[in-house]
Amino acid sequence: MTILLQNAVFGLLIGGLYGLGAVGLSLVFGVLAVLNVAHGELIMLGGYVSVWLFTLWRVDPFVSVLAAGPLLFLGGAALFRLLFTRLASYSEEVRIKNSILIGFGLALVLQTLAILAWGADERAVTPSYAGRVAAIGNVVVPLSRLGAMALAFLVLGGLHLFLTRTRAGTALRATADDDQAATLVGIPIGRIYLTAFALGSALAGVAGALVSVSDAISPAIGLGWTLKALIVIVLGGMGNIFGTFVAGLFLGVAESMSGFLLGNAYREVVGLVMFLIVLSVRPRGLFSR
Amino acid sequence: MTRIRGAAWIMGAFVVGALTMLPLVTSSRSVLTWGFLVFLYAALAQSWNLLGGLAGQVSLGHAAFFGLGAFVTRVLWLGGQSLATALAAGTAVVIAAGILIGAPTLRLRGPYFAIGTLAVAEILRITTGNLFPEVSTLPARSLAGYALAPRYYLALGAAVVSTLVVWALARSRFGYGLAAVREDEDVAEAIGVHVFRHKLAVFVLSSALAGATGGIFGYYHLSFYPQFVFSPLWTFDALLITFLGGAGTMWGPPLGAAFYLLFREALALRLVEIHLLIFGALFVLVVLAFPGGLIEAWRMFASRWIAVRERGG
Repeated sequence: MTILLQNAVFGLLIGGLYGLGAVGLSLVFGVLAVLNVAHGELIMLGGYVSVWLFTLWRVDPFVSVLAAGPLLFLGGAALFRLLFTRLASYSEEVRIKNSILIGFGLALVLQTLAILAWGADERAVTPSYAGRVAAIGNVVVPLSRLGAMALAFLVLGGLHLFLTRTRAGTALRATADDDQAATLVGIPIGRIYLTAFALGSALAGVAGALVSVSDAISPAIGLGWTLKALIVIVLGGMGNIFGTFVAGLFLGVAESMSGFLLGNAYREVVGLVMFLIVLSVRPRGLFSR
Repeated sequence: MTRIRGAAWIMGAFVVGALTMLPLVTSSRSVLTWGFLVFLYAALAQSWNLLGGLAGQVSLGHAAFFGLGAFVTRVLWLGGQSLATALAAGTAVVIAAGILIGAPTLRLRGPYFAIGTLAVAEILRITTGNLFPEVSTLPARSLAGYALAPRYYLALGAAVVSTLVVWALARSRFGYGLAAVREDEDVAEAIGVHVFRHKLAVFVLSSALAGATGGIFGYYHLSFYPQFVFSPLWTFDALLITFLGGAGTMWGPPLGAAFYLLFREALALRLVEIHLLIFGALFVLVVLAFPGGLIEAWRMFASRWIAVRERGG
């Protein structure tokens, strides 16, 4: 019983990051109808920002979040200008199809660049509090993971407030609902697209830096994170921040439980199978409008 | 235009004839290996072209079928079955898998189909890696009798057959149905095309060709980890070559494959990793700026040339 509970706790902690990793992708897809399958590679880059700041100047990974977010915001804006601006003039179906193709190529480019720049090895951040845990009864809670989860929750809360309480956030949601109507009421949708993509990338950067708190970073982790983000989005519903967070927690627990029951090698398979089942029951996602 | 078509056919027949003679003329390992790889990639890309180019269904899980074909064929062949039996059984397994995977995923539209197939391929890759972690190497007796020529002919056959399949489909009633599905599924349904049946049929056909191509790779490659043949890179290569040559065209994939391997050989001599970087960037560039690929560029050039000549004469 204790060991099950322990696994559930680990699952919840990692699940918070799954939610944060997915919400940027969901935002970009919701606003632009662009499915950036290189999202996981952006998370990987965010992780490397933290790894480098730690290796060079011993910067705490929680502080590195403040660098990874803005850096990827700029990187995302540049990528959008370079690759995705042209897509805006296509119909939604063509836009999605082409964005998947572009993202597929971009993922390969970013992964190879990371290998060339930093080697294919895993790198980890080792702050002084790395191994510390808090014990609640028989269950242990690793403090660094707890902190990452708490910060992920805060960032998601902040995003929710931004989207619902500010003019810019309202404009983003309006564009997601209907870009033509948004244009008609005077929303500069070109700038909104740019902002949404950059913001989605920044969220990936923050998620990557938080991943580095407790897990090793390597150039190859991108595809895995993209798939996790897609699973979470399909489970939680597109453009639903609260749903995304809950789905992330759910995926974390499901993975951790199945890892315990079936062996760690099958953790990822379980998430993917769940994803396929949900897709075939509800072809447009579990909580689609 | 018909004159160009006729010339292309004669040229194609001539090229295939010359390629058939090649192993008789030379026994150079590097030449035959290069030829083998061009045919292998041409066949793989052509199989994706059937599904993605003709029917417009962008699958990101093509590696699943290539890998399954390679793996099953290899296991049976190394287990003592004749090559023909192993290849046939491998392809049969892939056809079954194509029906099993295609039936649920093809109900998904657009992005959900792409990521659904990607998920299937990753499930197969991870599971295969878990169940068969050991490297598969040809035993000493097979190595002693290893000859490139039969592999070369098999791959040439696969490339020719898959290209002819694309040619035949593109001008059949079924092919017109696929084109309708590609352009607009709702309209296709409205004019009486059974959309799902068309998609499933072309999905299974495409999978079978990819599986047979994989089987040839399993017969060719000296040693690999079972997980390797399921790598998403196989999907990427098929997409890149198809788009490089021209998606939805008959000559695009073979042309793209030749170009891809020439380029790769030139780069790989000095730079091992950079070729992935360059091809990734090239792929993005083609999708963004030249959606028609090499074939479209050639057509534009040819029609302009004809126009110039007619004005002059």
